[in-house]
Formats: sequence, C-alpha cells, structure tokens
Amino acid sequence: MAKPDLSVKIGAIRMRNPVMTASGTFGYGPEYADLVDFSRLGAIVVKGISREPVRGNATPRTVEVASGLINAIGLQNPGVDGFVKEYMPFLRRHDVPVIVNIWGRTIEDYAFVAERFDAVDGVAGLEVNVSCPNIKEGSCTFGSNLDMFKRVIAAVRAKTKLPLIPKLAPDIAGIKTFAKAAEECGADAISLINSIPAMAIDIEARRPVLGNVTGGLSGPAIKPIAVKMVWEAAKAVKIPIVGIGGISNAADAIEFMIAGATAVAVGTANFTDPATALAVVDGLEAYLAGHGLRGVAELVGSLKT
Amino acid sequence: MLLEDAKVLQQREIQGGYRLLVLAAPLMAPKVQPGQFVHLRVPHLDSAVLRRPFSVYKADGGTLSILYKDVGRGTSAMKALRDGETVSLLGPLGHGFPAPAKDKVPVLVAGGYGMAALYLVAKTSAVKGVVFVGGRSAQDVLCVPEFTALGWTVHVSTDDGSLGVKGLVTDALEPWLHKELKGRTPEFFACGPNGMLKAVGERAIRGNWTAWLSVDRKMGCGVGACLTCVQKIATPDGGWTWERVCKEGPVFESRQIVWKDET
Ligand SMILES: Cc1cc2nc3c(=O)[nH]c(=O)nc-3n(C[C@H](O)[C@H](O)[C@H](O)COP(=O)(O)OP(=O)(O)OC[C@H]3O[C@@H](n4cnc5c(N)ncnc54)[C@H](O)[C@@H]3O)c2cc1C
Ligand SMILES: Cc1cc2nc3c(=O)[nH]c(=O)nc-3n(C[C@H](O)[C@H](O)[C@H](O)COP(=O)(O)O)c2cc1C
Ligand code: FES
Repeated sequence: MAKPDLSVKIGAIRMRNPVMTASGTFGYGPEYADLVDFSRLGAIVVKGISREPVRGNATPRTVEVASGLINAIGLQNPGVDGFVKEYMPFLRRHDVPVIVNIWGRTIEDYAFVAERFDAVDGVAGLEVNVSCPNIKEGSCTFGSNLDMFKRVIAAVRAKTKLPLIPKLAPDIAGIKTFAKAAEECGADAISLINSIPAMAIDIEARRPVLGNVTGGLSGPAIKPIAVKMVWEAAKAVKIPIVGIGGISNAADAIEFMIAGATAVAVGTANFTDPATALAVVDGLEAYLAGHGLRGVAELVGSLKT
Repeated sequence: MLLEDAKVLQQREIQGGYRLLVLAAPLMAPKVQPGQFVHLRVPHLDSAVLRRPFSVYKADGGTLSILYKDVGRGTSAMKALRDGETVSLLGPLGHGFPAPAKDKVPVLVAGGYGMAALYLVAKTSAVKGVVFVGGRSAQDVLCVPEFTALGWTVHVSTDDGSLGVKGLVTDALEPWLHKELKGRTPEFFACGPNGMLKAVGERAIRGNWTAWLSVDRKMGCGVGACLTCVQKIATPDGGWTWERVCKEGPVFESRQIVWKDET
C-alpha cells in the first residue's frame, strides 16, 4: 500500500503533516533548533507577539501539578518589531510554515499587529490569541464576550489577507457560538484550547505559588476537556480546527483528529520531551497505514456515535 | 545541546541524603563545560511534565555524574533508579563558568550542591586556588577530599560548628581575604543558596573584584523557550531586563544581577 497522505491545509497554509508546536511552548524557533528537525514539522507557532515589548509577570511563573503545569508567564515578548528583526531571518531559513500568535490589549493593538505582519515575508498565518488567562485586561474579555470577540476578529480580518486562526478560550459557555462567530467573521480555522484558569497554593506559607497568583493549566490533565471542546466546535463549523491540549503522543493526537481536528499542536509535552512532535508525526503515519486509511482526511471527524 | 538516553552505571548515597548518580552519556559527556547542567527526565513518574535540572559534577570520557539531594517528588523517585536503567538527558545546557584568569587567585564558594557545580572549575583550572564551603552541619559539606586531591585548599564552615569554623562561609572568607591575599587579586566562582551568592557578590563589588555566580531558578523547558527561569539583569541605563537562567545563565557576573524580586 502507498504511504498515507499526511498533508493538510489550514486556510491557505499547506502543511506536510498536521502536527504543529503550540504557542509559548516552542519559543521563537531557535531554542529547539538543535533538537527538532523543523523540516519534519507541519508548522511552528511562535510565542504570542504584541504591539510593544512586554516584560511579563513576576516569578515564580510556572508550577508543576499532577499531570500538568500551571503557567503565568504573562506574555513576555519582544514586540512585533523586536520579533521581526531578531527572529524572522532565522525562521525564513527553515523549510516550515511559521504561524505567528498575536495578542493585544485593545482592538486597535490587534489590528496594528495584524497589519504589520501582513507585510512581513515568511509569515504563513496568524493565530489570534483572545484567551490568555494571564493578563488582566484585554485578551481575556475578547475571548469571553461574544461581541468583543467578533469585533477583534473582524478588525484583524480587515487588515490582513494572511490565514487567520482565532484561538478560543477554554472557559466559555458556548463554544459553538464562538466557533461559528469566528467562521462568520472570516477566520480560516480555529484553534482550541488555550490553558485553563487555575491556581496552586503553598499550604505552609498559605500563599499562592505563582507570582501572578493565578495561571493557566496545560498538559495531560486538560486533554479530555480539550477533546470534548474540539468535538463540539467541529459540529458547529466547516473551517478546520487545530486541536490543542495535553497531546503527548500520537494516540492523543489521533483522538483529537477523530473528534474533528484537522491539525494538532503539541505544547507542554515539548518540555517533557522535545522529540514529542516528531514522534506524533511518525505514530500518526503508522496508525493511518495500520488502519488502511489513505490520508488524514479519512480520520478527521470519523467519530462513531 | 542534545537529547541522549543515558544508562545508569551506579548510584549510591554519599552522605546527608546526597546521592551520586553516574550515567553513561557518551555523546553528551565530552561536550560539558564547567558550570553547565543537564535536564533529566525522571523515569517512573508519568504525572511529571517537567524535567529536573542538575549541575554536572564530573564528566570523564563518556560518563557524566551528578550529585543530588531528595527534596521532593522528582528527586525522591530518582532514588529508585537501578543500574542499567535508561534516563533521558537534555544537555549540556546553559553558559557555565569562564576559565579562571591566570593572573588571579580563584576562590570557589559553595553551599549544598554548589560543590558539585564547581568541581569541574577546579579540575580544569590552570591555576590552583582555595575553596570555601558551607553547610548547616558536617553532613551537608560535600566533596572536600575531591577538591583536596586536585591540590586546592578547602576551608569548611558549618552553621552548627560540627565541622570547620562555626558560622557562614562568608564569615570564614573575610579573615582569609585580609590575611592571605597578600596583594593578589581574587576571582570568585560561587554556587549555592541565593543569600550566599548575594553576599559573595556584594563582597566582590566592594573589593572591586569579579564574582561569577551560578543562580538557581525553577525551570520549565531548560532551553530558553518557556520563560519560566527568568532573572533580573541590570541594563546600562540603570534599569533591568529579564534574562533566562537556563540560556544566558546559570552563571552571571555579580554586577549583572538585580536581586530585588518585585517587578
Ligand atoms: C541550574 C540548576 C542546577 C541544579 N543542580 C543541582 C544539583 O547539582 N544537585 C541538586 O541536588 N539539585 C540541583 N538543582 C536543584 C534541583 O533541580 C531541584 O532540587 C529539583 O528540581 C527538585 O525536584 P523535585 O521534584 O524533587 O522537587 P519538587 O517536588 O519540584 O519540589 C520540592 C522542593 O524543592 C524545591 N525546589 C524545586 N525546584 C528547585 C530548584 N530548581 N532549586 C531549588 N529548590 C527547588 C521546591 O521549592 C520544593 O520546596 C539545580 C537547579 C538548577 C536550576
Ligand atoms: C509556558 C506556556 C506559555 C504559553 N504561552 C502562550 C502564548 O503566548 N500564546 C498562546 O496563545 N498560548 C500560549 N500557551 C498555551 C499553549 O499554546 C496551549 O494552548 C496550552 O498549553 C494547551 O496545550 P498543552 O496542554 O499541549 O500545553 C502557553 C502555554 C504554556 C505552557
Ligand atoms: S526554563 Fe524555559 S526558558 Fe528557562
């Protein structure tokens, strides 16, 4: 039998396989260049970029919990100009689509950053983060208030022709409504989920462990929640879905795809083992071949209920 | 930087809860520079999503050893490692200590596992110097014979006076600086608790000397991607910026470090 076809399309982004790295867990690329062959990844999603440089939160910024990690990095980043100057030359040299994750505190910020990236060579698409649990104003409301959400997506859409992937908040009631709204506002795909609001307490000091008090939970602990949200969103929209949340091996990724995800992103598992994303690619290929499937398309949304 | 499945060659308790873990890592070991660390994935602990960072104590040919203490669930699980088992290592990581300047007296200052982090400095140094090591009690003072065997003079101090001088390492250091320096310039290399690093750094700044301090911060990825391990570093304009202890560090010069934690 011929090798299964792993390629997928997310809007206009052609990916050799459906496996990406999740924003904030793979830096801006160079950090993992010694360890991961980029030319075997579906895409790289870089850490969130904003209009101006941001220092982020006080330390401690992460804490490990059972089967997960709570992070409150606070979206530290060099700003759009800093990122383009420091990292784009490096990223352009590699044979892999680069998806830039963007965020802002105001609608104008989002629009400004989207417009800037529209003119930057080597950017394959934008993931629009409206769901970071770690900054006080802005992003949070955009992800949970339907009206604000639509305005952000529409504003960004007006400024760029790049494929747009809104990243949905995990703690909203109507995932279907938001997914549909994204589609209606011209999104090319949606990604979900971001980390889930969480906290940890030091019981001796009776203080929060994180400098920011609360953070976002990621890792295997959130996977079943994410799978369910992807499944619901997939029933509501026709645009492709990028499934994210606790993926640590091929079986996890396959679960998301059966639930309806066209692509997946590996996040926290990069920290556990930087070889995870490539192991997911290999495992997915073996699964498709082993189950007589010709390609990813035959797997996506194949859940029997 | 590489990922390597290392085989456990031996592990045993040396003293005071500290354990020596010797690993066969033929690809990684020859690349290790003094002061660098490895990020170890603890086997049999599936609920852990993060690796654990450990300074490289010795790196000879294809073997690499670390000295660790059981302080929590990761290090506790490591005690169960058996000879022949495989451990995934990521490393060598970070920027370690520079080679001691030949025209100065290298002064190593250590607390806890700091002795492990400094061993390769002493071993590879072109000039021999002195070591000041401190701990709560005799049990916490590691590796003294190893440094002595390299021809370095070791000064011990303990909080309870059970070994060496009673008091802090810096209490033992001060009289030495007055009596033994004899016009020579010291260069400090330190690894230990933050309080100790800060004291050594401030002393060096007062004396107009250089102090290389290895900072311990909680880590996530270990490779510079997650921004967990950030440390405030002074900028020329009098402000500060975050640098990553796992990438730009763990070793910084005393004048670079901004100790106050508030943002
Ligand atoms: C660059 C670097 C080099 C290190 N080298 C060594 C070494 O050579 N030998 C050694 O024994 N230890 C070393 N450490 C500390 C070691 O990484 C921690 O002790 C270990 O990660 C604790 O893991 P755990 O799961 O057992 O503890 P956890 O269950 O995660 O925590 C238990 C306790 O340990 C404390 N702890 C956790 N992480 C750290 C940390 N990074 N530093 C200090 N305390 C911590 C926690 O605050 C808590 O009180 C190093 C740390 C760094 C950053
Ligand atoms: C340390 C860390 C930093 C993150 N930074 C971002 C970010 O900048 N932008 C974003 O949209 N998501 C960010 N995320 C969320 C991840 O992209 C992902 O949605 C989430 O972690 C769930 O996936 P996982 O369980 O595989 O990690 C971050 C996650 C972690 C753990
Ligand atoms: S531990 Fe991730 S950046 Fe240093």
